[in-house]
Amino acid sequence: MSTDARWSWLRELIRKPFFWGLIAIVALLALNVLKDPNYLALSINPVNGNLVGNVVDILRASAPILMIAVGMSLVIATGGIDLSVGSVMAVSGAVAMVFMKEAGESGSLGAALGAIGLALLVSAVLGAVNGVLVAYVGLQPFISTLIMMLAGRGIAKVITEGQNTSATNDPFRWIANGFVIGLPVVFLLAILIVLVVGFVVRRSALGLMIEAIGINPKASRMAGIKPNGLLLTVYILSAVLAGIAGIMSVGTVMTVDVSRTGYQMELDAILAVVIGGTSLAGGKFSIGGAVVGGLLIATLDKTIVFLGISSSATPAFKAIVIVVLCLLQSERVRSWFVQRRRPPQGRMTPSPAPVKQENQEVTA
Amino acid sequence: MTAVQTPRADSSAEASAVSKLVARVKRVVASNPSVLPTVAAIVIFIGMVIYGEVAYGRIVQANTLSNLLINNAHLIILAVAMTFVILTGGIDLSVGSIIALSSVAGVMLSNAGWDPLVVIVLMILIGTVFGLASGILIQYFNVQPFIATLAMMFLGRGLAALLSTQPERLPEDSPIRWLGEQFKVVDGEKVNDVVVTPGVVIALLVVLAAFFVLHRTRTGRTVYAIGGSESSSALMGLAVPRTKVLVYVISGTLSGVAAVVYTSRLGIAQNITGIGWELDAIAATVIGGTLLTGGYGYVLGSVIGALVLGLMNVLITRDGGIPPEMTTIITGGILLVFVLLQRAVTSKRHT
Repeated sequence: MSTDARWSWLRELIRKPFFWGLIAIVALLALNVLKDPNYLALSINPVNGNLVGNVVDILRASAPILMIAVGMSLVIATGGIDLSVGSVMAVSGAVAMVFMKEAGESGSLGAALGAIGLALLVSAVLGAVNGVLVAYVGLQPFISTLIMMLAGRGIAKVITEGQNTSATNDPFRWIANGFVIGLPVVFLLAILIVLVVGFVVRRSALGLMIEAIGINPKASRMAGIKPNGLLLTVYILSAVLAGIAGIMSVGTVMTVDVSRTGYQMELDAILAVVIGGTSLAGGKFSIGGAVVGGLLIATLDKTIVFLGISSSATPAFKAIVIVVLCLLQSERVRSWFVQRRRPPQGRMTPSPAPVKQENQEVTA
Repeated sequence: MTAVQTPRADSSAEASAVSKLVARVKRVVASNPSVLPTVAAIVIFIGMVIYGEVAYGRIVQANTLSNLLINNAHLIILAVAMTFVILTGGIDLSVGSIIALSSVAGVMLSNAGWDPLVVIVLMILIGTVFGLASGILIQYFNVQPFIATLAMMFLGRGLAALLSTQPERLPEDSPIRWLGEQFKVVDGEKVNDVVVTPGVVIALLVVLAAFFVLHRTRTGRTVYAIGGSESSSALMGLAVPRTKVLVYVISGTLSGVAAVVYTSRLGIAQNITGIGWELDAIAATVIGGTLLTGGYGYVLGSVIGALVLGLMNVLITRDGGIPPEMTTIITGGILLVFVLLQRAVTSKRHT
């Protein structure tokens, strides 16, 4: 009985869509340990009592990806996509940096808070433009956020007048580089926000309504869900989370690089969501899955650099991850495995699998 | 087009010709509203030419216009490629990184002493292989086009970086550079030369071939039909799976061709070449009147779209007052206007 329960627990876990993401993280960490047996070692910095180690680095690097991945999973759940998150990161970083540079005085908490507030406000406005275009004008999410992605980079450049802008501000820097109870602030902040968002969408009807829009907009409208306001909220939320991610990533170096900050982050976020098992067709989403996906991407990034491969080659490895995941999720590959496991059938009965396959191709 | 451009001599006869043309365009648009975005693109292009000529001068001259073609030959090819994919309702995000991989690989092979013809064929084949991979993932493993081509985009970019992260240079005497060499077709006075490069000729041939395939062959009709409704086309017995894979193969192959044209003009290849070109190609296609949901659009519209983008860059450079940072904002703005226009047109058709 007890062994049975244990097995069903394991089977449940394997069925979770992000199970393979977890396996991949473990495999990557194992690869690192093979190269350097002390890879996972954590030590405490005697000067300030902070945890030091590669794992801490990974957690810190994962924070911005976690932020945008959570926003992205909600957007994708409505059947949309947000390609503008990377550009919004750049805009948010640019706003924060220029504000603090103008404020001048280093170390002022007021300047840091003002910069953060203004950056988040601007991000929210950009998100609202996306939301209005999608919800009220009725443009495809792909194209409205594509426009914002193009324009956003330009807006970031206009804000900084095309220059990479640096500023000094210790409280702002602390967000990205500080530690609380031995853990990086960014990671704690990211986990906190993820938990809050996850709690709100899962403990209220919000998550259900978002999924309903993604599954069938017409039916959800007939069921009394007003999609426009929800869509607007989701796009604003995604942009604000991207704005926070932008603050985190410019805070590390206290410089905004208008053409590199948040560059291709939208792709990382989409990848994280896909790893997490959320279907891009919309409908269902898993915040936990997005978190696993975000952690996997951060681990992958760090591993590739650790193995001594140029970081500009990382996309090739991400591509392999995407293709393998897509193949694992595809009906055709699954049917191969199912057929192999199925007990041998009599020659007279036709195997049902190919018939099903054909039907799907027609309806697809 | 020329009648609108030069309403100078013989004003009364010209004016009636113009009004006749306008009336004719009105009739075409009324009978088929989906032409409207393409017509709007042509009008905007002409408007930009006129505005540029009045505001900055030296636009309507053979030199500037030939340079527009020379500098945007690769974009025209990409826009044509993207038109095929978008017509089926798909998308190809991998074109920019195919160019990066194909260029870097091509220049490195050429520098390693390979025969230039073999190198060019290999450069094009790299695109074909990538397109085939996307197509197979999309058609046979039910991966969404967005994700499949995203994977190919990552793969191409990463492989290019694995090959080299340094700018790779073609030697000055490399035969591949011949494709980017400028030939005077008409030797005009002063700078008024009509100049073409073999790259431009290749681009024009690609446009002609694409026009023929899309509008005159069964494959082309299947492409449009898939964009209209894939399940209906399948029920009608059209070769949906084959055509869908073919569309991505065409897109990849043409990206390889664009890589050859671009590399031969610049002589330098780098792993970051072509970042964002998939967006330019999508923008050109959309501005040219192709519906992103598929089913409606014209190859020649996409060519106009590419020229609008190219001319916009020329105008922004000419106008010292617009900071170059504004370029992407303006591109986004133009794109938005066109998408709204399409939205208005399609909603009118549905009601």
